[in-house]
Amino acid sequence: MRTSVLARTGFWLLIVAIVIFAIFPFYYAVISSLRSGQALFSAAVWPDSVSIANYVSVFTGQPFGRNILNSVIVAVSVVALSLFLGVTAAYALGRVSFRGRGLLLFTILSVSMFPQVAVLSGMFELVRAFGIYNSLWSLILSNMILTLPFTVWVLTTFMRELPKELEEAAFVDGASPWTVVRRIFLPLMWPAMVTTGLLAFIVAWNEFLFALTFTLSTEQRTVPVAIALLTGATQFELPWGNIMAASVTVTVPVVVLVLIFQRRIVSGLTAGAVKG
Amino acid sequence: MADVVLKKVTKRFGNVEIIHAVDLDIEDGEFVVFVGPSGCGKSTLLRLVAGLEDITDGDLFIGGRRVNAFSPKERGISMVFQSYALYPHMTVYENMAFGLELAKSSKAEIKDAVLKAADILELTPLLDRLPKQLSGGQRQRVAIGRAIVREPKVFLFDEPLSNLDAALRVQMRIEIAKLHKDMGVTMIYVTHDQVEAMTLADKIVVLNAGNVEQVGHPLQLYHNPQNLFVAGFIGSPRMNFIETAVDSASGDTVTMGLPGGGRAVAKVDGSRVRPGQKVTLGIRPEHIVLEPSESQVSGRIDVIEQLGEAYLLHVRLADGSLVTAKIAGDAPQHEGDTVTLGFDGALCHVFDEREQALPRIIETAAA
Repeated sequence: MRTSVLARTGFWLLIVAIVIFAIFPFYYAVISSLRSGQALFSAAVWPDSVSIANYVSVFTGQPFGRNILNSVIVAVSVVALSLFLGVTAAYALGRVSFRGRGLLLFTILSVSMFPQVAVLSGMFELVRAFGIYNSLWSLILSNMILTLPFTVWVLTTFMRELPKELEEAAFVDGASPWTVVRRIFLPLMWPAMVTTGLLAFIVAWNEFLFALTFTLSTEQRTVPVAIALLTGATQFELPWGNIMAASVTVTVPVVVLVLIFQRRIVSGLTAGAVKG
Repeated sequence: MADVVLKKVTKRFGNVEIIHAVDLDIEDGEFVVFVGPSGCGKSTLLRLVAGLEDITDGDLFIGGRRVNAFSPKERGISMVFQSYALYPHMTVYENMAFGLELAKSSKAEIKDAVLKAADILELTPLLDRLPKQLSGGQRQRVAIGRAIVREPKVFLFDEPLSNLDAALRVQMRIEIAKLHKDMGVTMIYVTHDQVEAMTLADKIVVLNAGNVEQVGHPLQLYHNPQNLFVAGFIGSPRMNFIETAVDSASGDTVTMGLPGGGRAVAKVDGSRVRPGQKVTLGIRPEHIVLEPSESQVSGRIDVIEQLGEAYLLHVRLADGSLVTAKIAGDAPQHEGDTVTLGFDGALCHVFDEREQALPRIIETAAA
């Protein structure tokens, strides 16, 4: 009995430690964002004064609303395009047998292992050739290099798990391949789509390097770049309050999304591995 | 409704030939069963007819049209899969309506067809359920329902009952037989279950390693198997084979010596064999009696299996080969006893060295 109490106490202590480790940085960002002036430099863990001045100044000092909109446009487009291409590619890679299929799959996987910096200059040439420098299209295009490999890979794995007879039954019923994907596979792949879509959203939402390189004007920037380039009253002042307020503002939607789709994600993450 | 004709239909996967130039005529309204051991190509042959696999060589005609390049729908077939393959996210109604919906039938037509099929298969109370809320037998019925709403010309079944328990299997077997009688549509049915094949078929096609071994009425296959393979495959427990040699042969009798001093006088046409030639004697377990007879052989009982309505004696002969006898009632013998097995020469089968049967003189007299 004693050991069981000890074990239980230890277990909960461990959980508390993990939670603090995970949550504290975000918590500190939240309370810092609510401080102003000299209070920013107090190391107190509890909020002593609450002011939304930082939030106001983030949105008035620069077109931060526009930046958020940019991020939303980029992230949503990337998710939509990645899922569409991912599902159609997954059908081809998971269901149609052709020469070099395995090689193609591994090429796709290996693309995702390139460090972002390595493809940066090549990507820059591509963006310039398309004439989409300093537009959101450049970000949509470049972010897909980050999201497509895992989207295709996960959806292919998931599609392979779906019984072949389902597809054949639909063919016998007179369905075209596109109908099979749309009417049979899409509804069944919903959990996997939500999971991969959300991961793609987070990647696109937080992407920094491409966004910094391919945009020039403040109006075309996405949130991570905008935050990094926030400037204070003078060149020598880092506006911590504003940075924290901006960070909290853009983190909240992601957290909310994850909470909404929480159950779907869990089932989606395991569904690919074990027959779901 | 339509007839199905296969002409030299061949299937290769890469360099491996799975189906070797199969010729087959299936008449309109016939119930044909493909049987054979696992891997004999029976499912592949069905999938070739369905259009789920491409025919490498040869021609397939359905209703007089060459359909090699047609999709399953254009062929006018429908298929019931072993795993049912119901769409898991659709209700029973939607599952059955899906094909008609794709064929752009009107809402009213779809509803009529689905309700009619549901009525035939007693699925009406279940129309709003999802497949996961159904039992195995109900799922099977939905799969059949999905196939019949489209009023196909040819109905294909791929081992439809193998996932059901024994009692349900018998029940569904009867329902399928009834369905065939009511619809009068051509049906092709793949199974490895002998009882299903014997009871359902108008015509059985025995397949082995991608070849058709024999085609015929179930009783014809039972009484007059053309070769050793068909003889061994049809009938349960399987036919006993004793390797022996011809003592004397005439136009209506072949006499053979059996291990341990026994002998067999088979009523078969022996004009093709000569004395001394090696042959295989085949005798079905249910044709063996425990009385001395003109044809008889002795051995020691190895194992007794009691089935209730009958018992099986596995008897070890002098040369070590095993012969099984099926006798009605309860077994009075004990393992280790010596018995004499007698059999009627008219019920014997004799196969030559090329495993082909010698023609029996008394054709299906026992039928």
